[in-house]
Amino acid sequence: MAQYGIFIYSPAPADPMELTPDYVELLDRYAAQVEELGGQIVTGFALQPSTTATAIRGDVVTDGPFVEAKEVVAGFFVLEAPDLDVALRIAKLNPATRDGGVEVRPLFVPPAE
Amino acid sequence: MSDGGTAAVERAVADAHRREWAFVLAATARVAGDFDVAEECVQDAYVAALDAWARDGVPRKPGAWLTATAKRKALDVLRRERVFRSKMRLLVEPDEAEMDETEQDAVPDDRLRLIFTCCHPALAREAQVALTLRLVCGVSTGDIARAFLVSEPTMAARVTRAKKKISAARIPYRVPGASELPERLDAALTVIHLLYTTGHTAPSGTDLVRADLVDRALNLTRMLLALMPDEPEVRGLLALLLVTDARRATRTDAEGRLLVLEDQDRSAWDRAAIDEGRRLVVDAFRTGRVGRYALQAAIPSLHAVAGSYATTDWRQVLRLYDELLKVWPSPVVALNRAVAVSMVRGPDAALDEIEILERDGRLAGYHYLPAVRADLLRRLGRHRESATAYRAALDLTDNEAEREFLAARLAEAVDSGSDRSSEG
Repeated sequence: MAQYGIFIYSPAPADPMELTPDYVELLDRYAAQVEELGGQIVTGFALQPSTTATAIRGDVVTDGPFVEAKEVVAGFFVLEAPDLDVALRIAKLNPATRDGGVEVRPLFVPPAE
Repeated sequence: MSDGGTAAVERAVADAHRREWAFVLAATARVAGDFDVAEECVQDAYVAALDAWARDGVPRKPGAWLTATAKRKALDVLRRERVFRSKMRLLVEPDEAEMDETEQDAVPDDRLRLIFTCCHPALAREAQVALTLRLVCGVSTGDIARAFLVSEPTMAARVTRAKKKISAARIPYRVPGASELPERLDAALTVIHLLYTTGHTAPSGTDLVRADLVDRALNLTRMLLALMPDEPEVRGLLALLLVTDARRATRTDAEGRLLVLEDQDRSAWDRAAIDEGRRLVVDAFRTGRVGRYALQAAIPSLHAVAGSYATTDWRQVLRLYDELLKVWPSPVVALNRAVAVSMVRGPDAALDEIEILERDGRLAGYHYLPAVRADLLRRLGRHRESATAYRAALDLTDNEAEREFLAARLAEAVDSGSDRSSEG
């Protein structure tokens, strides 16, 4: 088994309180689908809208997300899956892929001595 | 051992490198669980073959000898590393049942796993191409770099990055399941086709054909067809490559100048390749599951049996392009279709199609768009407009042979244009 960080990108500001009812319905079904496909969600979080974010570069503090873009990180979860094919199959089913998208990225495991 | 004997052994090893590399590497990768280790062991096995075969004679099955040797070396490496606390298996093989088989029983061909892993959609296309050449064909990184006109360090970094992603992201070493197969197979065919087109029309430089890449692509397709005999699209791709390549010798004249289809010496086309290609097209159509490669192959097949450009069955060509656009709505297909339109309905009708493509914008920067436009205008006798389009095409192409052709057509257009203006 390997662990992947799944980053959810949605159109800014990605307010979780503004999700449409059918999006919420898809999200409710998601956890079961993940298991059916052979994965497991280890942990996950939704974020407040990107209008609440603060970015710091060097010693400059700015209002807003680190990268200004049409889509922003709306949340993330850690997925355990046997391989990338399973992880991608699971990621493809995430409702965020309809209007935004997801990024699948393996978690770093320090190499054994 | 005499010099002649040494030369014979070297030939046998070189031959085994060309024929068996993919087989040996694919099997060794499964044991090593890591492409880097596998590559090293396979290379060592080929080096060991030089001595062993000189001493004991060339084995009856060189591939089996090399595979056994490389696997043994891989097991040695694994054993040694286990001493320093085992490192994680880098190549993921999800099929537990198959892993339990003893190695000798593992007859099912690992080459398919290798091809599908190299062409995995999580890898960038250029990485897929580089990995396929490196791991499936055993081409050196330096040669790959030269073929794709990048520096060797750039290509080496590309290959290393791709291999690292395979292990870090756990791209599995397996043949995709039935539900994913069509999409995954299409990616593999696209990579092979890209190899072919890179060899067929080098993007720049003086050689129009880089024969080695063309041969690699043909060999890869033949390998894939042997491994997947029931896939009509593999048949379609092999047919496309064969029928296109049958014209290889006639694409340039004795001075290396480009000859368009219309001006090629049809008697010099490779009839054996055309016949094989046509048989494959017929087989693929017979399955009723016709995809873009079979359709693409059917078009040059029609050209191949026509006595001349003018007597080609252009109506049928146009019908095939219509079908092709349905399964593969690409602007490049639409551009080629415009040429067929010009032969069926005349250059004026084709110009309308070209204008749609120009407004579409996706082909901006593609030199064949103004080149086709220039040719249509030339046929309509609109020489000045034609000259402008030829200039636009020239600005966009780097290939010497194509530049010469366009420059010659431009000169004709300028001459005709000035003749007409002096008359008028």
